[in-house]
Amino acid sequence: MEDPMAAIRVTFFQECDEQLAELENGLLAMQDGTAEAETVNAVFRAVHSMKGGAGIFALDALVRFAHVFETALDKVRSGMLAASPPVVAVFLRAADLLADLVRAARDGLPADETRIAEMTQELSRAGGAGDTNEPAHAPRGEAEASEPGKPLLQIWHIRFTPHAELYAKANEAAVLLRELRQLGQARVTLDSSRLPDLPDIDPEGAYLSWEIELESARTEKEIRDIFEFVEEDCELEIITSSQGFAPGEVITGDNGFKFEFFGPPEEAADHGGEEREAETEPEQHGPAARPPSAIPDVSPPLPPPPPAAPAPSPLSAAGKSERAGVTIRVELDRVDRMVDLMGELVINEAMLTQNIVESGLAHSSKLAMTLESLETLTREIQDSVMAIRAQPVRSVFQRMPRLVREVAAMTGKQVRLVTEGEATEVDKTVIERISDPLTHMIRNAIDHGLESPEARLAAGKPPEGTVRLTALHRSGRIVLEVEDDGAGIDRARVRQKAVEKGLIDPAAQLSDEETDNLIFLPGFSTAAAVSDISGRGVGMDVVRQSVQALGGRISIASRPGRGSTFTLSLPLTLAVMDGMVVSTHGHTLIIPLSAIVETLKPRAEDVFPLDAESNLLASRGCYVPMVDTASCLGYGVSPAAPEDCVALLVEGEGGGRTVLLVDAIHGQRQVVIKSLEANYRAVPGIAAATVMGDGQVALIVDVDAAIRVAGAASASRTAAPKIMELQERAA
Amino acid sequence: MSLTVLTVDDSRAMRDMLRHSLTAAGFRVVQAEDGLHGLEVLATETPDVIVTDINMPRMDGFGFIQAVRQDEARRATPVLVLTTEVDTEKKNRARAAGATGWIVKPFDPTKLVDAIRRVAA
Repeated sequence: MEDPMAAIRVTFFQECDEQLAELENGLLAMQDGTAEAETVNAVFRAVHSMKGGAGIFALDALVRFAHVFETALDKVRSGMLAASPPVVAVFLRAADLLADLVRAARDGLPADETRIAEMTQELSRAGGAGDTNEPAHAPRGEAEASEPGKPLLQIWHIRFTPHAELYAKANEAAVLLRELRQLGQARVTLDSSRLPDLPDIDPEGAYLSWEIELESARTEKEIRDIFEFVEEDCELEIITSSQGFAPGEVITGDNGFKFEFFGPPEEAADHGGEEREAETEPEQHGPAARPPSAIPDVSPPLPPPPPAAPAPSPLSAAGKSERAGVTIRVELDRVDRMVDLMGELVINEAMLTQNIVESGLAHSSKLAMTLESLETLTREIQDSVMAIRAQPVRSVFQRMPRLVREVAAMTGKQVRLVTEGEATEVDKTVIERISDPLTHMIRNAIDHGLESPEARLAAGKPPEGTVRLTALHRSGRIVLEVEDDGAGIDRARVRQKAVEKGLIDPAAQLSDEETDNLIFLPGFSTAAAVSDISGRGVGMDVVRQSVQALGGRISIASRPGRGSTFTLSLPLTLAVMDGMVVSTHGHTLIIPLSAIVETLKPRAEDVFPLDAESNLLASRGCYVPMVDTASCLGYGVSPAAPEDCVALLVEGEGGGRTVLLVDAIHGQRQVVIKSLEANYRAVPGIAAATVMGDGQVALIVDVDAAIRVAGAASASRTAAPKIMELQERAA
Repeated sequence: MSLTVLTVDDSRAMRDMLRHSLTAAGFRVVQAEDGLHGLEVLATETPDVIVTDINMPRMDGFGFIQAVRQDEARRATPVLVLTTEVDTEKKNRARAAGATGWIVKPFDPTKLVDAIRRVAA
């Protein structure tokens, strides 16, 4: 049996993440001026809720700072403090600290007390009055406010009801009250409502009680000490309130527990001008023991109900309210298991189809129809299962504002981040892996893309640069764009750098797009000294590699003087893909359909030899390098002439085209992706593996990697002059 | 017959914690995520005691308590506020709305159970 507290702790930290995101979004909306009235409440609630939860687990630093933060936010909420840009900026930094404190608490690390102290001061400065960090406001109840050394004038409400034993033990109520007056300003009210008529009076009975409002800097203990000897023989209630809060029962306990009993609701309604005598009638019971059924009609509630309160018969409104999207929480493991099983189902369905076709039974129209509907069903189940694991990219986008703030602060640039399409959904396994490349792209956009405020002003742009982060679905893939309005890529410099590093031939003729995409080449780094921010020792080539490992593509487009756009495109899922089944040199391979532009049968007259090993293919007026798939994957050189092969025109990351030669095409189908690294090891040129309908394992080709393996990428550059020559001849 | 307690709190961790503590004490626990949800639950449930948070989305604790008190059948149901708020003005508001008691988080499960037993008596 799992420890329930451990499970609650996990829930608490999950909730913290949600609340931190809400907090940050709300603050950003406040910063943009798009905040609604409810935003401030939501922001406050997020911090407040974290404080409450942190209290359960005695995460003191978190509770303490959340309290300071919440106090400042409450000032904004109550209109005492305007949410001016500098104030919101402080709040955003406070939110960052809160996030760090949550993380530290989760990892069991000590809280950064220095930062807490600094931020507390900053919040207090932002709030004007320096009372945000007053320790007396600690959430552990305010009763401790009157600790020694802190003489704080308070109003104490004391209700004193002597029992008959008190008088029998020769104590005198009047003496005690006189002593009480020594402690401060006291107003004493006699409650004689229980005094019976004269004939019924027991001369030794006790019928009177007193209510004392004592204004004093003394502690509760000092007050209680007066009653020390009569404690057993009276009812004594002492509570404090700075605003004349009516007396009620108070239970206190360890760890700051505090329970105040208000009494039935009607007291609040008529405590206005009347004496309170009426409320003390049932003397034997404390108010807490009063049966709830004694509560009479409620008088019109004093403050007016908040707008959210429903009209007259709220209870009948059940079910009508807009409880949007009923959800259940399911362990991810279960969903993952379902995705795995779904994969097996797809494979099995393919096997069944293949077996039936091979046995010649497919001619039976009934069987064919059943098979077809099974295929449709399988596809639908698969889509539904994948939809369960799909999540909006919001969770990743929400981390970016902080990154932008940090990088902006480090570079001294002014940056505004605009996000779009946060609701775009993609498989959870993909989401987990887009964060790093996205972080890098944004860092790069600010560090290299955007100019300094001065340079921007000089160029006639607003000093504040904009980075736009967009997510959208495009043809079965998710596309993430990071666009900046900076200076764009300095192509001359990029080219010079690439030549210096021996990445391209000095004579190479490159299109603007090709030049821009040189930054993704291994060993290329534009910054003369790798800057701390963009660099972190990682070049764009590493980003590209990690994106390609996911079956994704990354490219950049630049407009000189106007900015650059990074485009990252990824499959929606890492579980299945559409592929072309081909064979070469006796091996079955899968080529991702997303990479294939066109399939064709080369004609002999379209093949132009480049050198001893490679050829160019003329296709639609262009000359494209040809790669023999079998040889680049190490299966050996295909004996067939190019014109006896099938050509697949594929498009690489940078948009460059290559022709892959294979022996035959067997059709296109959906394949379940099985990781090669997990089951074997990484193989150059191969992205993953899959199981075919006949139970055979087929390898999925990583098109770009395969072309790189073949050296075709560089060949295409050395081929450029040859292509030019051919094109001129053709023209 | 065990007592039924309705807890209204927007925090999952807090709800789990309450369920854990109150179930251990032998109470039957029903839960709601905010004031409006609490009212929906009340359409089918008749708790002996209600424990509610104050700061919640959609409908806060004040609105919830008022709505509960406006219902003839719920007028007598004790409503305890469980909150991190220590502000007197808020306490008075809760009191005016018809709350039966005020408990400051973080709560001591034993004492909370005591308080619930006492107000339900």
